[in-house]
Amino acid sequence: MYSQGLIGADGRTEESEAFLEAFQKRIDAEEKIEPKDAMPEGYRRTLIRQIGQHAHSEIVGMLPEGNWITRAPSLKRKAALLAKVQDEGGHGLYLYAAAETLGVSREQMTEELHSGKAKYSSIFNYPTLSWADIGAIGWLVDGAAIMNQIPLCRCSFGPYARAMIRICKEESFHQRQGYEIMLTLCRGTPEQKEMAQDALNRFWWPALMMFGPHDKDSAHSEQSMKWKIKRFSNDQLRQKFIDATVPQAEYLGLTVPDPDLRWDPELNDGKGGYRHGEIDWDEFWRVVKGDGVMNRDRIAARRKAWEEGAWVREAALAHAAKREGRRAAAE
Amino acid sequence: MKDENLFNALIELADDHSILCHRLGEWCGHAPILEEDLALTNMALDLIGTARNLYTYAAEIEGRGRSEDDLAYLRNERQFRNLLMVERPNGDFAHTMLRQLFFAAFMEPYWQAALESRDETLRGIAGKAVKEMGYHIRHAGEWVIRLGDGTEESAQRMQAAMEALHIYVDELFHSSPAAEAAALAGLLPERGALRTAWLENITPILAEARLELPEAPNPQIGGRAGLHGEDLGHILCEMQYLQRSHPGATW
Ligand SMILES: [Fe+2]
Ligand SMILES: [Fe+2]
Repeated sequence: MYSQGLIGADGRTEESEAFLEAFQKRIDAEEKIEPKDAMPEGYRRTLIRQIGQHAHSEIVGMLPEGNWITRAPSLKRKAALLAKVQDEGGHGLYLYAAAETLGVSREQMTEELHSGKAKYSSIFNYPTLSWADIGAIGWLVDGAAIMNQIPLCRCSFGPYARAMIRICKEESFHQRQGYEIMLTLCRGTPEQKEMAQDALNRFWWPALMMFGPHDKDSAHSEQSMKWKIKRFSNDQLRQKFIDATVPQAEYLGLTVPDPDLRWDPELNDGKGGYRHGEIDWDEFWRVVKGDGVMNRDRIAARRKAWEEGAWVREAALAHAAKREGRRAAAE
Repeated sequence: MKDENLFNALIELADDHSILCHRLGEWCGHAPILEEDLALTNMALDLIGTARNLYTYAAEIEGRGRSEDDLAYLRNERQFRNLLMVERPNGDFAHTMLRQLFFAAFMEPYWQAALESRDETLRGIAGKAVKEMGYHIRHAGEWVIRLGDGTEESAQRMQAAMEALHIYVDELFHSSPAAEAAALAGLLPERGALRTAWLENITPILAEARLELPEAPNPQIGGRAGLHGEDLGHILCEMQYLQRSHPGATW
């Protein structure tokens, strides 16, 4: 579903000046870096961290939406939600595969998620409390994901860029589907519209936080920009998202829960844009550090699935080995 | 109503697919490996697709302006006609896969036979579903084999699943009076005639999995009469809650 402004990337690297310069030349020439190419350790580490976080976000992101599969209000919505959550799982798979090309295993990444060492997008630490949340997540969360991910289609690392191209197509479908859920609710009964407004109220600010801290507080952005892992700053992407989304909220007849939101014709080099109120960064860091409503439950659910599935994975391995043994014996 | 028997027979089939889809949907995000999150969802999507086709056709036959959702969301426990097998809780992965195999191993020859139906709509529904059921047999069958012939623990769990589920097999081959009439009219297959085909699907898989199908002298039967276990009511509480709490709303 989404990639956040990377949390805690470490781009330090120890190669020779000449090596780094030659590498930078390839980057500047917009050459794609492929897994077997020589690359600075910092570049590799940053990508493993970022792709891993992204993959974990897809997988943890299945939980809040999966929470509504059995309560989806119509057969059509149930089928669409099943398909969406399945898409997110598929995104997780391609991303784990992309990270594996950098020399880290899926098992290792999974363990880091379960131990709390690896992060995932903090948006998924908010609960889905009503059906409208499924609409709001598609509209806002997949919408923010697209803003983040479209530039990643041009990321300097080939496997990540290619995974993103495939994923972005599906995310934009999710975004439209989520918006359509919101539209249906807003044209429905007063209770349905209230449900939609409440979902916007709860998801608006967390969606803005998905872009990560302000540029001035974003420690590792600069190196990522130089390596063309990142193409736009957190604040630039956030601004694009707000400018695209506020008119969509107006069309729905919903109120963006920001009393300071106002049009400023000077923004975006005179093209105009929306100024927004102060983001509650204390809340952001609280949730990132593990104290959101759902952090513990999300990790517990992932661990439970993994631990309770251990006997299944062991049996699959044991069976494959038996089969191989029998085949060898027959030869 | 054009054909009350056909309507009732279609509702039975649609309920089977909808309830089993619901159960598979409960796994989504909680499977033993990511690939199975995707595979279980795939199977759930196949089932809901067929359920929708069947409810829609049932509503058309009924001719009272009800929609697929009216039929799925606004009937109560006693009006549901699904097989008892499909409402059973997921249990562990062995239970879920064995249940899926039992169901698909029946539905595959069922839809195969329905390709000869006198009814064009049913032939269309069958044409799509028969391929899907072939995939479900392969997927669930492979897991039954892996688990049955995997580790000691997996073999024990598979055996426990077999003991828990075999008593629901017989109901697959029973026909309600409505299904009987639809079969006599050449619209839907005769369920009782599919026992051999079911066994042909199951037997090689169970042999490879080192499992035996126990006798079931007292099989559990009742779903077609709306006589369910206690689990179905809870499924419906969850499934129908939005439709019930916002009467007439559009979603
Ligand atoms: Fe998505
Ligand atoms: Fe995604």
